[in-house]
Amino acid sequence: MPIELHRIDDRLIHGQVVVGWGQPLELRFLVLVDDEVAASEWEQELYRMGVPTDMRVEFVSVAQAVQRYATFAADPKPGMLLTGDIDTMARLCAAIPALRRVNLGGVHHRTGRAQKLRYVFLTGAEESELRAMAASGVEISAQDVPAARVIPLDSVLAGEAMA
Amino acid sequence: MSDLHARPLALVIGHQDFAAGIVSAVTAITGRTDLFRTASNYGLDTRSMEALLREAILDGVNVIFSDLPAGSTTMAARRAQRDHPHVTVVTGISLPVLLDYAFAATDAAHAADAAVEKGRAAMMVARGPARAD
Repeated sequence: MPIELHRIDDRLIHGQVVVGWGQPLELRFLVLVDDEVAASEWEQELYRMGVPTDMRVEFVSVAQAVQRYATFAADPKPGMLLTGDIDTMARLCAAIPALRRVNLGGVHHRTGRAQKLRYVFLTGAEESELRAMAASGVEISAQDVPAARVIPLDSVLAGEAMA
Repeated sequence: MSDLHARPLALVIGHQDFAAGIVSAVTAITGRTDLFRTASNYGLDTRSMEALLREAILDGVNVIFSDLPAGSTTMAARRAQRDHPHVTVVTGISLPVLLDYAFAATDAAHAADAAVEKGRAAMMVARGPARAD
């Protein structure tokens, strides 16, 4: 499975991704799916700055990700696909039947969101979107770094891990 | 002491308690508490960090020290810097970097450059003495 992780993380490329996951999984490429970043050379340059020289990064829009997913998945080297929000990942899951497992890695505090985990805060709409993805057969769990406990979506939404 | 008020404000931002920890070490060594503000990325997405840094810039901060080049803290600092080109961002910092900055001249850009050189020079690998047997 060349795409080792499909991750939702509003910080996109940062320490947990490049070092925390990148080193143990020996990631060699990142696919950053974000319409805004895909359209901005400046944003891309900013994110490239955080990527080690032995790691390739692809900046794609949702449409491009859907179109090129099979190519990414066929890459013999291990990689990670990243989105900055739940909606983008939901759109990918709806369009890519092979994408059936999602990692909730970081959705941080913002007005209107309620805390579910130390690193997951959700609005009601985001909760509904995650439930809909799960109902469609996508396995969703939260885990910020490899050494952390994997928390299934039901437990996340129930707030059980906050107890 | 006359240059203290002329020195631009600097802010250290890092993961979790990094900034508070490293600035407390600077204070313990130098006794100075006037140079560095601190901020953490804890619980914040990149945009919230950026907003925090923009606020600090409007409040006079023009040097931002961040911990990890690939980190969200640096991304946020670079974004905040985009509309404020007078701001200097220094990343990958260590205690020698901040200590050098603490004792440097008042010119912010030059002080940051000199501090980075000092930080690089302070890195070393010390091995034990070779054994005769």
